[in-house]
Amino acid sequence: MIQSLTVRTMNKFGFAIKTPRSENMDQVSLERYNKLLDRVPSFKRCFQCGCCSATCSARQFTEFSIRRIHTSFRRGEYNGLDEELKKCMLCGKCTLVCPRGVNLRSLIINMRQILDETK
Amino acid sequence: MKIHAYPYNDFVIPFLIGTVLLFSIIIYKYIRWIRRFSDEQRKVIRSNWYSWKIFPAIWEMIREGLLHVRILKKNLLLGIMHQAYALGWFLLIVVGAVESRDAFFTMQHEQNIENVYELENQNGWYIYTTGTDKNPQYLNQRRYRVETEDGIARIHYHRPFYVGIFYRYFVHKAPASFRQHKAYSDLMDGLLIYVFLGLTMAIIKIFWSKILGMRRTTKHTLVDRFAKFSLWMIFPMRLLAESVTACLYGNGGFFTQAVGDLFDPMIVRGLETSVWMLYSLMLGVFFVTMPFTRYMHIFTELLLIYFRKIGVKEETGRTGYTYFELNACSRCGVCISGCPMDKVLENHEIQSVYLVRSLRNQERGSRLKMIADNCLMCDRCVVDCPVGIDLSALRRQTRDKGAIDTTGNYKYLDNKRTPFNAIGRVAYFGGCMSHLTPGITESMERIFTAAGQKYWYMDKLSTICCGRPLQQQGFMNQAAELRQKNTELIEKSGATMLVTSCPICYQSFKKEYNLNIPVVHHTEYIDMLIKQGRIKVRHDDCKVSYHDPCELGRGCGIYDEPRSVLSAVTNLQKTRYQREKSVCCGFNLGNTRLSIEEQTKIRNASLENLTSKPVDAIVTACPMCKKAFQHATHDYPVRDIAEVVAKNLIN
Repeated sequence: MIQSLTVRTMNKFGFAIKTPRSENMDQVSLERYNKLLDRVPSFKRCFQCGCCSATCSARQFTEFSIRRIHTSFRRGEYNGLDEELKKCMLCGKCTLVCPRGVNLRSLIINMRQILDETK
Repeated sequence: MKIHAYPYNDFVIPFLIGTVLLFSIIIYKYIRWIRRFSDEQRKVIRSNWYSWKIFPAIWEMIREGLLHVRILKKNLLLGIMHQAYALGWFLLIVVGAVESRDAFFTMQHEQNIENVYELENQNGWYIYTTGTDKNPQYLNQRRYRVETEDGIARIHYHRPFYVGIFYRYFVHKAPASFRQHKAYSDLMDGLLIYVFLGLTMAIIKIFWSKILGMRRTTKHTLVDRFAKFSLWMIFPMRLLAESVTACLYGNGGFFTQAVGDLFDPMIVRGLETSVWMLYSLMLGVFFVTMPFTRYMHIFTELLLIYFRKIGVKEETGRTGYTYFELNACSRCGVCISGCPMDKVLENHEIQSVYLVRSLRNQERGSRLKMIADNCLMCDRCVVDCPVGIDLSALRRQTRDKGAIDTTGNYKYLDNKRTPFNAIGRVAYFGGCMSHLTPGITESMERIFTAAGQKYWYMDKLSTICCGRPLQQQGFMNQAAELRQKNTELIEKSGATMLVTSCPICYQSFKKEYNLNIPVVHHTEYIDMLIKQGRIKVRHDDCKVSYHDPCELGRGCGIYDEPRSVLSAVTNLQKTRYQREKSVCCGFNLGNTRLSIEEQTKIRNASLENLTSKPVDAIVTACPMCKKAFQHATHDYPVRDIAEVVAKNLIN
C-alpha cells in the first residue's frame, strides 16, 4: 500500500515508471551532449535526483519535467525536446535548489541553443 | 581703397584640417544615428525637443558637461581632474575668443600708420588692398602712406576664428589703449595652470590610481593611448609656444613670461613658428583621432543628456539612441572599481566599459557573448557611471537570443484562472523565489491579517514568473508573453494594489509592466502600515545588519523604507558597503555563466561586509539573497524584513 502511495506521489514529479525499453548507447551520437558539457561543465555533477523538477514553476501548470528533458538529452534522444524546453519560464528555482550546484538555467538556455544550432 | 590686415601663418593648417575633419565626421555620424531612432523615440523628440524640458536639459549639460558635479560628488579628486581638463580647456577657448575680440575691436578703432608698421614687421599678417588701386596685392614697403579722401588710412582687421587659439602669436604687441591686455594674459596663464593640474593628476593616475580613488583603471587600446598622448601634448606645446613668443616680444602673462625669460632670444628666434606648428599639429592630430576614440564622448555626452532629459529611453532593440549611449562612454573605468566580478573574482574582462567598447567596435562572436553573459546585472556600474549610461539595457540588448526567443510558448498558462473576485483587496505576489523561503510568505500573511487587510494571495498554489529572468537573459518575446498573462490576471481580479515580496518581481511590475494599480514591495508596504498605525510592533534589543538587494536598492531606489521599518522593530547597524555600494549576494539571476564556486566567493565577500561588526542577525528583503546567505552561515540567522516584523507584532 505504501509502495503504491509512493508511486502515486512520485508520479507527480516525473518519476513515473516507464515502459521498459532498451537503447544501445554505442550507436548514439553524443556530439551535442559533449558540446553541452563544454558549455555547462557543472552538468557533469548531476546525479538526477529530480529536485529541479520537484520545485519547477512551470510544472505546476503543465506536464513538464526538466529532469526528463536533460536525461533524454544525455541519452541522445532529441525528438520534441526543443518544443518541450520552450515551456520553461527560466525563473531559476531549479538552480537554487539543486544540491549538486548544477547551473540549470544555463543548461536550459544552452540546450535550446545547441538544438537550434544543429537543427 | 581699403587696406586689409589678415592674420595667417602656415602653421594653422594642421589645426584647420583637424577641425574640418572633426566636425564633418561628427556631424555625419550624428545624422546617421538620429535617422536610426525608433518611431517611439521620434515621437518623444518631436513633441519635446522645443518644450520647457530643454531648460533642465541645458542645465544638466552645463552641470555635467562642464562642471562635472556628479563625478565631483562621487570622487572628489577624479572630479577635479576631469573638471580641470574639460572646464579649463573650454575656458581657454572661450576666454581666448573674447580676448581676441576685444583686442581686435581696439585695434580697429585706434589705428594709425604706426600700428600698420607694427603689423608689417611680423610674419603672421598679410596686408593687402582692395579697390581701384593697382598696387601689388601684398604691400612690402617698409613705410607707406595711403591717401584716402579724408587723408586717413583705414585698415580692416580680419579676425578668423582661429585667432583666439593662436592669439599670442598674431598679436605680438597689443594696442596701447587695450589696457586689459595684461589681465587677460594672466587669466589665460591661470587657466593653463588649471589644465596642467588636471594633466599632473592624470599622469599620477597612470602610475598610482589608488591616490585618485580608483582601484583599477581601464586597459586601453593602442589607438586610445595615442589619442590620449596627443591630448596630453597639446598643453605643454601651448606653454612652449607662448613662452617662446613671450621671450621674444614680452607679451606673456605671469607664467608664460616667467618660462619665456628662461630662454635665450638669440636661440629661439628662428624656432618661433616651429613650436607654434607643433602646437597646431597636436591639436590637429587630436581632433582627427577624436571621433574614433574614447574622446568621442566630449560632444556625444552633451547630446545624450539632451535626449535623455527630453524623455528618450533605451528600448529592447538597438536604436539610434543606443549609438549615442555607446559613444558617450569615456572609458573612464569608474565601473571597474565597484564591480564585484572584478573585486572578488579578479575577472578583468567583462566590465561595462569593455562591453561598451566591444559593441562600439562592432565586435561579434564568442568573446562579446562571454562579456555580455558573464555579469551579475547587480547594477553597481549603472549607479556608478558618471555619464549615466543605461548599461544594463545595453547588456540585455547584447544578450538578445534571436531565433530561440520564440512566441506562443506559454499556452498552458491559460488554465490559470482568477479563483475569486478580488475587488478592493490587496493582491499579494510572492514570486517564484519566495516559495523557496516560506517564512517570508507566511510572515506576510500574518502581517496582512494583523493589519486587518483583506488580501488575495495570487500565487499561493502556482506562480507565473514575472518575466524578468527571461528579460535579463534576452528572451524579450517570451518575457512579454508572461507579462501579458500576469497583467490579465491582475486586471481581471480588480485588486487595488499589488504587494510583492521579491525585488526581482517588484522591479519588473514597476518598470516593465503597465499596471493601472500601484505596485509596492513589502518593505514599502510594511513601512506604510507602521506609519499609519495599522500594525503595532515592539522594539527588540537585537542588533542586525541590513543587506540592500540589488534589484530593490540600485534597481528601484528603495533604501529608506527598509531602514525605517528596521529601526522601528530592531537596532540597525551600519555596514561599510551599504545603499548604492552594497555588494551583490552573488546569486543574482542576471548571470548564467558563473559556477556555484564563483557565486559562493562573491557571497562570502558580501557576507563579510555584513558581519564585520558584531550582529545578532542578518536581515535582507529578497528571498534570493536570503537563500544565498542562509546556505553560507550557521553563525548568524538570516531573516527577511517581513519575518523580523512578524516576530515583533503586538496586535
